[in-house]
Amino acid sequence: MRPLRAAPAVTLALMLGPVAAGLAGTLAPALGILPALGGERPAIAPFEALFDWPGLERAVALSLGTGLTATAVSLMVVVLFVAGWQGSRTMRGLERVLAPLLSVPHAAAALGIVFLIAPSGWIARALSPWATGWENPPDLLIVQDPWGAAMVAGLVAKEVPFLMLMTLAALPQAGAPSRMEVARALGYGPVTGWMKVVFPAVYPQIRLPVYAVLAYSMSVVDVAIILGPNTPPPLAVQVVRWMADPDLSMRFIASAGAMLQLGLVLGAMALWHLCEHVLGQAGRRWAESGGRGHGEGVLRMLGLVTVLLAGGAVVAGLAGLATWSVAGFWRFPEPWPEGITLRYWATQAPALAGTLGRTVWIGTVATALALVLVLACLEAEYRFGSMRGARVSGGLWLLYLPLLVPQVAFLPGMQSLALVAGMTAGMGVVVIGHLVFVLPYVLLSMAAPWRAWDARHATVAATLGAGPWRIFWSVRLPMLIAPVLTATAVGFAVSVGQYLPSLLIGGGRVQTLTTEAVALASGGDRRVIGVTALMQTGLVMLGFALALALPRIVTRNRRGLRTA
Amino acid sequence: MTILARLYALAALVTTPAWADPDPADWQGVLEQARGQTVYWNAWGGATATNAFIRWAGDRVEARNGVRVVHVKLSDTADAVSRVLAERAAGKHSGGAVDLIWINGANFAAMKEAGLLFGPWAEALPNWRLVDVAGKPALRSDFTVPTEGLEAPWAMAQVVFYHDTARLPDPPQSMPALLDWAKGNPGRFTYPQPPDFLGSTFLKQALYELVSDPSLLQGPIEAVDYAEVSAPLWAFLDELTPHLWRQGRAYPQSGPRQIQLMADGEIDLAISFSPGEASTAIANGQLPDTVRTFVLEGGTIGNASFVAIPYNATAKAGAMVLADFLLSPEAQARAQDPDVLGYGTVLAMDKLAQVDRARFAELDMGIATLSPEELGPALPEPHPSWMRQLEADWMARYGLGD
Repeated sequence: MRPLRAAPAVTLALMLGPVAAGLAGTLAPALGILPALGGERPAIAPFEALFDWPGLERAVALSLGTGLTATAVSLMVVVLFVAGWQGSRTMRGLERVLAPLLSVPHAAAALGIVFLIAPSGWIARALSPWATGWENPPDLLIVQDPWGAAMVAGLVAKEVPFLMLMTLAALPQAGAPSRMEVARALGYGPVTGWMKVVFPAVYPQIRLPVYAVLAYSMSVVDVAIILGPNTPPPLAVQVVRWMADPDLSMRFIASAGAMLQLGLVLGAMALWHLCEHVLGQAGRRWAESGGRGHGEGVLRMLGLVTVLLAGGAVVAGLAGLATWSVAGFWRFPEPWPEGITLRYWATQAPALAGTLGRTVWIGTVATALALVLVLACLEAEYRFGSMRGARVSGGLWLLYLPLLVPQVAFLPGMQSLALVAGMTAGMGVVVIGHLVFVLPYVLLSMAAPWRAWDARHATVAATLGAGPWRIFWSVRLPMLIAPVLTATAVGFAVSVGQYLPSLLIGGGRVQTLTTEAVALASGGDRRVIGVTALMQTGLVMLGFALALALPRIVTRNRRGLRTA
Repeated sequence: MTILARLYALAALVTTPAWADPDPADWQGVLEQARGQTVYWNAWGGATATNAFIRWAGDRVEARNGVRVVHVKLSDTADAVSRVLAERAAGKHSGGAVDLIWINGANFAAMKEAGLLFGPWAEALPNWRLVDVAGKPALRSDFTVPTEGLEAPWAMAQVVFYHDTARLPDPPQSMPALLDWAKGNPGRFTYPQPPDFLGSTFLKQALYELVSDPSLLQGPIEAVDYAEVSAPLWAFLDELTPHLWRQGRAYPQSGPRQIQLMADGEIDLAISFSPGEASTAIANGQLPDTVRTFVLEGGTIGNASFVAIPYNATAKAGAMVLADFLLSPEAQARAQDPDVLGYGTVLAMDKLAQVDRARFAELDMGIATLSPEELGPALPEPHPSWMRQLEADWMARYGLGD
């Protein structure tokens, strides 16, 4: 019993230790302290240099603008769609493709979207020259536009599936079906009714994922490099550039920039929180006004179209990359390559086999650790929750911290920590680095179903003489096997997609499919990018496929669970 | 000898095996120490051709010398520099993660200045005697910074431009001609965004041609009136930028991205630092076979690629063995083959044995590769301070939007 009681504390220490130490390791150079480069005493020079940088205003505006817009649009799309289509066949169909969509790594999705919307991309090719008259691609600034519109589109396409998954997980707990029945009985249309009675119950549960999306969108690096403007780039990209500057003294300004990025994210969250408050007040008046709403049909269609656009862009982009991976020479405006060749797969696949194995190993170990810790935390919360529930739940909230703090703000510091602690760069350290990010996502996707489990099952089992562990292993876990496996697949997907943690903590010695993909993406060869992106996506999809297939095997002698 | 001194000597004996750096003068010792080591070679991983070459070199060195090579694929060389720096900051003065870095120019200057490099060792390598030291001054002067044996060269590079003859049969041969052509054909030329090294090289190449006295570029910028010397370059770029691809509001983020842009028909002319790059890309099906290469009338900048060993590297002996193999006629001839890499050799043909000379003579240089005569003499790289200042100024002028 004792280890279980300690589980939340141990997990918190494992998660928060690295993050806190990493932040400290970034804060010190920002304040001028970095003995290896001669920074011995505190100074404000790094921040002075940062504020003297002429691009700062626009970089900050871009970070705030793209982050807030992408988050708001993603949330609106998800809410509109779920409101309009909850319980429908369309919704169930979409649920099935959610996991594969989630599994596409951000960088791969962004590269695919570039090939769709660029002036030389698939859409332009399909329409040229017969409709557009273009023999050469037009000189249009669609990708990397200075306002970051392409970047926002790319982020929305990837964040919609994530928020959708989180919303769907929250619906049962919010008692959505019964609430909707009441609203419909009172004459509300589906969208208006959902917004008035279900959304207020759902939003508190998806607030953390929304904040995670906000923090991620504001400080994303790989997507911003591919789709975002570069003259100047958003702040996070500029921070990474300063870190990569051959002039080592730029590390000071980079650290100051990372701290500013952290401040921006915190500020944006505060702003979002304020908006929640204001909109919540307004929403209450709106709900109480009793209006039944108009334009239901338009809103439903808008929700459907935007969701299909987001999902379609990712799928079509991936199909484009798949075509490139087997393309011979492919000239504009031909919609298809001149020839098909497997030589890129033949040359790349053997070289990537070792990397693939390593990626699987790291992902498996990190996910298994995360799973054990999360199950222990949730079970501890369930068993001892009544005694000190507030403390445990409050502590669990902190586990989301790695998702809310920008990666550039604490990973460089975390790297130094691993070195100071004398840890040799290797897979073990990388697993710890991944765990910091895998664990919150596993918790995110498992907490709601775990907490929503009907505890009366346990009461029945207990009256039949089962102890707490017997209940856990024989009743609770089998009943919750589907969400547990989904959480496992999500955790594995998160691990596979990690770039900066693998690179910085692994000292470059630990190569994963993602570090390969980003390194190759810097060369811009779409064929090779196609090969690595497909391998990456295929691996994660395999995880999700197993998560879907395994419950059927596990439940073969538990017929009653099959529909659950 | 006092007891204390004896103790010292004893302590030295005991600790030496763990701390001793290999002595490059004792090559047999280096070879013995290297056997069984794993060398983590940190090299840019953005080009499939170089990745394949590095894999080949690793296989050969493992077969010949029992040294295993792992290519750590970087998206930026500075990542490796950061790593070494982070290790020193953490007091990890041995057993570092980086054994060998593909490096030159500003990264080398920064590491040398910060004392992050092991050596000297390069000029003690057995194959160093084959190196064309006299004919290629860039091999001992990396962006004017003396290498002092802290890095070993392995490839020569020279700026060339490539164009698709199907769309642009007569490319402009000088910077002023380029400007005129761009005005008549807006949106068909661009260069990688500085501080990408190739983009910065375009700036230096343009400066070379536009400056009144190119010899000024060989010294640090502090020695000259920088504003005056660089003024013609900014005037040129102010005129050129609105006629660039995307009106200069976006730039490709790396050199190889230009290959994709040309294959997509978005641009007609691109800069490259590898005379064989276009031929290699044609062989790979990445460019149409109508692409050709040329150099500007006044000559183009050339430099060398090096490998360096960090001061805290784990497998220094293995790294030296690998560096020596890269200088071998076998590896050099393979690197020069346009079907493989298309990089220029650093060796002097007259120092090679007959059989090794034949390896180079047999090479089919590819349809888009210029002969050494056509390439002409390479202009030396300006002092690193120029690159740093040009990048900063470019950023302030064109990198921040309207």
